[in-house]
Amino acid sequence: MGGPLDHPFNNMLRKLQSSTLLERYSTVIIFLIPTITIFTLFVVLPVGEAAYYSVYRWNGFGDPDKYVGLKNYEYLFRNDTFLLSLTNNISIIGISLFAQLPFALLLALMIYDKLKGASVFRAIFFVPYVLAEIVTGLIWAYIYDGNYGLVAAIWGIFGAEAPFIIADPKYAIYSILIVVFWKFFGLHMIIYIAGLQAISKEVIEASKMDGAGPFHSAIFIKIPMLLPTIRVSVFLSILGSLQLFDIIMPLTGGGPSNTTHSMVTYLYYFGVMRMKIGFGSAIGVVIFVICFTIAFLYQRTLMRRD
Amino acid sequence: MNRQSPFLYLILVLFSLIIIIPIYTTVIGGFKSIGELRVNILGLPNSWVFDNYVGIVLNSKFWTYISNSILYAGLTVFFTILLSSMSAFVFAHIHFIGNRFLFNYLLLGLLFPFATAILPLFLRVRDLELLGTVWAVVLPQVAFSFGFAILLFRSFFRELPKDLFDSAFIDGCSYINFYFRITLPLSLPIIATVGVITLINSWNNYLLPLIMINEENLYPWPLGIMVFRGEYMTDWPKILAYVSLTLLPAIAIFLAAQKYIISGLTTGSVKE
Repeated sequence: MGGPLDHPFNNMLRKLQSSTLLERYSTVIIFLIPTITIFTLFVVLPVGEAAYYSVYRWNGFGDPDKYVGLKNYEYLFRNDTFLLSLTNNISIIGISLFAQLPFALLLALMIYDKLKGASVFRAIFFVPYVLAEIVTGLIWAYIYDGNYGLVAAIWGIFGAEAPFIIADPKYAIYSILIVVFWKFFGLHMIIYIAGLQAISKEVIEASKMDGAGPFHSAIFIKIPMLLPTIRVSVFLSILGSLQLFDIIMPLTGGGPSNTTHSMVTYLYYFGVMRMKIGFGSAIGVVIFVICFTIAFLYQRTLMRRD
Repeated sequence: MNRQSPFLYLILVLFSLIIIIPIYTTVIGGFKSIGELRVNILGLPNSWVFDNYVGIVLNSKFWTYISNSILYAGLTVFFTILLSSMSAFVFAHIHFIGNRFLFNYLLLGLLFPFATAILPLFLRVRDLELLGTVWAVVLPQVAFSFGFAILLFRSFFRELPKDLFDSAFIDGCSYINFYFRITLPLSLPIIATVGVITLINSWNNYLLPLIMINEENLYPWPLGIMVFRGEYMTDWPKILAYVSLTLLPAIAIFLAAQKYIISGLTTGSVKE
């Protein structure tokens, strides 16, 4: 990558500035020190400390002295609730990649180009993304209420007694998947619209000249040209899905019978609430390793070409 | 998909209902009595009840939560913009050993899951004796915003016309002067973008204040709304009114700042 620092102009600048080396370095120090300090204290060190604490049993007071090796991790991977939360995160990734993103892509293809009123639809579809996840969860907790919510109204049409989906261990997780779909498809639609608008008009016009219909041009021209954007949105989607927390809290809080935890709600209930610093940190490290591995592999393989 | 056929509109309107109906039932539900909500979920209220909304607006706790959120968000936005634009300025314009290394170091923040840090972060904030202060929320929020903010600022600064530097430096302008007098005034669009995204993230943040704040009088509104929910459980009209009161400003801000939000979210994901 040739940055602007290699630009001939900058070389000239560098010569010009050689007498003010002191000024240059003092600016660097003054401008960077606060950022580097805050970032190190509140991002880098905590992540490192999580790895360190994860091999101790510790309640956070005094020094961590009860070294337990990998016991926290061992316990974690034998714990059914944690394994279920991991499965739930995988389901969330699944609904995101295989339902939400295709739907977002379909919408983007429908409205990105010259459609009258497109901006209205775009705004409507994007609204859920702007809502706080907590609010989204509360709205849907209401909708799922079998006495007062939309679900009750719909079942009522058929004269049936509505179920309480979020209280049913078998189905509660599906109720969360629906909300995740609802909340985030608009974000991906916006990203795809921006990507589609960046495709050169000539290419699309040329394909029309060659007699390509809308379906044909979407499959063979637009989607392939959109691939770099799709890769980014898949990436964001996976990392976001692995860290889902807020939406679950007002809906189920991980219940009923711990069937709807994500890894982060599990970390909250079993690590933070019980002040088990070591165990909680081990959960954090597992989340970190999964995210980092995915990010690394993804950058190395799929996103390499971009 | 290119022609503006009625069929296309029909589909789009149906899809829009997926968004509109939940929000509509929420807002309208706040105007119903609990008895009516049970039998009339979709329709307009037969008798409009304003008590739910009025009760919340007159409740001083509601305003405490809102002003706390404004404080957290204001400070977070201010420090994120100031510190990340200063850093990005250095990365974009000043040649020094370690430039690229430090830039990549700060970008690590983009890959670090926040959840991994929360327990050690809590201990750090406790040991710095910041628990129960605004900084317990503001500093970690600023720290976790650096990655994306510096990335956006740096690429914006690199696009600024190069003649500016020429003339300024020949006139003997110092870097610091240049940053405050020339770079910042020219960067209002990117400041708006970073500001709006940081604002939304802080405004909606739940997990961090949940860990850091124990005193109810310091709660931001997402914690406040959960307390309210806990008090009223299935007294839905009250909760729906509360939800609506927080939802409508969010939609208003979104409509006003749409341009900046979208540019912030799509920069970087679209390679032209």
